[in-house]
Amino acid sequence: MNFPILSSLILLPTVGALFLFFTKDKEGNNSTAKYVALFTTIVNFLISIYLWISFDQSTSNFQFVEDRTWIDGFINYKVGVDGISILFIILTTFITPLCIISVNNSVKNRLRDFLIAILIMESFMIGVFCALDLVVFYLFFEAGLIPMFLIIGIWGGPKRVYSAFKFFLYTLLGSVLMLVAIISIYWITGTTDVVQLYELGIDAKYQNLLWLAFFSSFAVKTPMWPVHTWLPDAHVEAPTAGSVLLAAILLKMAGYGFIRFSLGLFPVASEVFTPLIYTLSVIAIIFTSFIALMQEDMKKLIAYSSVAHMGFVTLGIFTLQQQGIEGSIIQMISHGLVSAALFLCVGVVYDRMHSRMINSYGGIVTIIPKYSILFMLFTLAALGLPGTSGFVGEFLILMGAFKDNFLVAVIASLGVILGAAYMLWLYKRVVFGKLVNEDLKKMFDLNRSEYLILSCLAVPTLFFGFYPDPLINTIEVSVTDLINMHNTNIASK
Amino acid sequence: MENLNLILPEIFISLSIMFLLILGVFKNDSSKITFNLSLFAILITTIITINETFSVTRETLFNESVVIDSMSSLMKIITLIGGFLVLVISSTYLKTFKIYNIEYPVLILSSILGMMVMISSNDLIVFYMGLELQSLALYVLATYNRDQLKSSEAGLKYFVLSALSSGLLLYGCSLVYGFSGSTNFDIISNQLNSEEYVLTFGIVFILVGLAFKISAVPFHMWAPDVYEGSPTTVTLFFTIVPKIAALTVFIRFLYVPFLNLIDQWQMIIVFLSIASMVFGAVAAIGQTNIKRLVAYSSIGHIGYTLAGLATASNEGIQSSIIYISIYVVMNLALFSCLLMLRRKDQYYEDIEDLSGLSKNHPLLSLCLLLILFSLAGIPPLAGFFAKFYVFKAVLEQSMYFLAIVGLLSTVVAAFYYLRIIKIMYFDKEKDKYDTDHSLWLKFSLTVSTILILLYFIFPSQLIEVVSRINII
Repeated sequence: MNFPILSSLILLPTVGALFLFFTKDKEGNNSTAKYVALFTTIVNFLISIYLWISFDQSTSNFQFVEDRTWIDGFINYKVGVDGISILFIILTTFITPLCIISVNNSVKNRLRDFLIAILIMESFMIGVFCALDLVVFYLFFEAGLIPMFLIIGIWGGPKRVYSAFKFFLYTLLGSVLMLVAIISIYWITGTTDVVQLYELGIDAKYQNLLWLAFFSSFAVKTPMWPVHTWLPDAHVEAPTAGSVLLAAILLKMAGYGFIRFSLGLFPVASEVFTPLIYTLSVIAIIFTSFIALMQEDMKKLIAYSSVAHMGFVTLGIFTLQQQGIEGSIIQMISHGLVSAALFLCVGVVYDRMHSRMINSYGGIVTIIPKYSILFMLFTLAALGLPGTSGFVGEFLILMGAFKDNFLVAVIASLGVILGAAYMLWLYKRVVFGKLVNEDLKKMFDLNRSEYLILSCLAVPTLFFGFYPDPLINTIEVSVTDLINMHNTNIASK
Repeated sequence: MENLNLILPEIFISLSIMFLLILGVFKNDSSKITFNLSLFAILITTIITINETFSVTRETLFNESVVIDSMSSLMKIITLIGGFLVLVISSTYLKTFKIYNIEYPVLILSSILGMMVMISSNDLIVFYMGLELQSLALYVLATYNRDQLKSSEAGLKYFVLSALSSGLLLYGCSLVYGFSGSTNFDIISNQLNSEEYVLTFGIVFILVGLAFKISAVPFHMWAPDVYEGSPTTVTLFFTIVPKIAALTVFIRFLYVPFLNLIDQWQMIIVFLSIASMVFGAVAAIGQTNIKRLVAYSSIGHIGYTLAGLATASNEGIQSSIIYISIYVVMNLALFSCLLMLRRKDQYYEDIEDLSGLSKNHPLLSLCLLLILFSLAGIPPLAGFFAKFYVFKAVLEQSMYFLAIVGLLSTVVAAFYYLRIIKIMYFDKEKDKYDTDHSLWLKFSLTVSTILILLYFIFPSQLIEVVSRINII
């Protein structure tokens, strides 16, 4: 492979952002900037699809690897994909253009700057999923804080400053310990190259502390209970496109990190800390579901449901079963699609009525029927109805969990019921019932771009619900090998 | 006969100072030409330094009282470049306050000369001579805007406290001399061993004096007041140039004469480092004046450079030097921004004056945004790499406590940098500032910002230059 396809995936959005930077910022309608951004991201999406097509599913080796000396004798710029990371890259390149289409309605001022921030964000997110060197990973992982801080802070709601600070400082605090761990790994093993580290292995006596350091970063980012409190604030205050990026992709970085680094590098510690993860995941699933039931703000409710869904993901990853890990990956992809869609759905009614409160809506099914149908679909996908992608993930995770720990699986299954409760209740209160407000009659149904975005998200949600094979085939070999490697490592210790 | 070529830079710069003084006596209204000539002199000195000394591994002169090695030549070059840029962006500011006189460049040149002597010193006497030369010039510079009460106060405070610390330093030097019987660093290094407990007093006195010069906690009290009161361009000079020289001397003292006493000073340095990092981060939170805030943030940054020194390894020293180089660039960029906050002949230096800057001056605020994130140490900007190298060296010696405290204090420090960004980007805009800045100011801001932003593409070059420095 000569053409550096992954680097071009990473760089292309930045180039687009540079291009935008040198265009003139017009107040009001700035369609040129939008088309430039849209064009860049769609090209990027097509490249990533090409990547998926030419990807060899029969091996778990890293493919399209690029390895360049970066800091002599210390760090190499190394990127590559395997079955696990490629799906996240496609999710990123798929969601970003949709975000850019959605800015029409939600972002009024400084559109050009907003698009630049989104494009740079995309570069960093793709970088996180391709990086095969711990330092390169950390670089991309942390760099994403800058554009996201600005997206929340500049274009956010009334409490945006508080939320932006909370988001930034929480995440940074979690991550600095990971930096200590990364440098320590370098001094223990002499390399930060993930592939080499997989082969070398890390001495078991260091693993526990290193695992905890990585955990502190990923737990904040996931977010796991009890460090999830930044998420509802950030979601509620961020503009719609920001919430979508945050929910659909940023949260997945941590889940990806758990699989790639925590499981891959620290097998012994992962076994040791499985009870901790189980406990926190189950608390997240049950506790945040109850919190979600009580919310009066739609965005907050969906934010808490994200915490619960990510609880399933972490649970699935640490079952260390084929089904559990595959389920977690599919759950992450599915949650990426569904939560993005739900935030966009909230964005649609918010743009019209400027309220996110559940009680200011009611009985809108007759006024905006198309919207109600799509909203229904995503609500059902979020609660994991068979036939939607949400079901596949949750089902596999629970299967894996039953194999590993019966009690945890039973409690987690209760979470599914609670999930159905809060999502359906939300839907009922917003869409059905009596018309609570005469102003609601003035609402118009989905316009063309909204319709386009939501349908784009609906198609894969349904498709992978009925036919998850493309996803499972892509990840299967990588996951099997990951588990095999894990088991051999455990056996040899 | 000694090879005088090696100290040609010092000779040249002293001749220039004398010439400029004479020029000032005989020519009326000579400030402009003095400025230009002094810039020219610094430029020539830089070229001479690169030509004559850059390839030298280690040579000594004058009975081994002056040493020219890769560290001294690199640090001299950084000092000279820093001095050049400070001088070149000062003129508009000085003209605004009607203090555009010949003394300013001459004082800057003489303090640079003092620093160069300090950097090259391999002897207690030579070191003290250089130190006093630079300090005396700096006292005057601090009060340079003498019609303003704050400036005079700053100068006086600096003079009293600095004189006290020089006294302590001198007392420490005399104790060390008493034990070793020599003022030469190499001989001291051979004579001293950790048996003699009273010697610890000598070391402590010297370290206290040096810690004062680089404003490490708990000897930092002068810094905020002096930084706030001095003219902004002088503050810029204070925050970068003397720190380079003082850091070099710090390295020289720790690793040449006191190398055998590592057990005695390592804990002191670790304490200074942790105290500076934590205090610099916490105390900056409440500040409203940017110059005061920079004072506290520079205290924090000195903490990180000291963390590198505390490792007692070549990697640690190299990482400290990388840190200070990147810090110089970042501070230069920050002050270039600060000097651009001018409206109708008045300079603004409160954080509130940045309010909504991004609406009226998008480019300036973008630069400031990058600089602040870099100072906070967020990747992929240069400031991250500076911290990264330091912590890499610290962790090599398994000093986990130091590394974790340091990294946690970056999170606290991030808060006050974010606060400035918040004011710039999230708050309501104020009136526009003037945009007719001098070309040099724009140049220094652009170049330093680009360096900060794109450092990650070529990180190896700086390491390569610095890796020639092997003190131990």
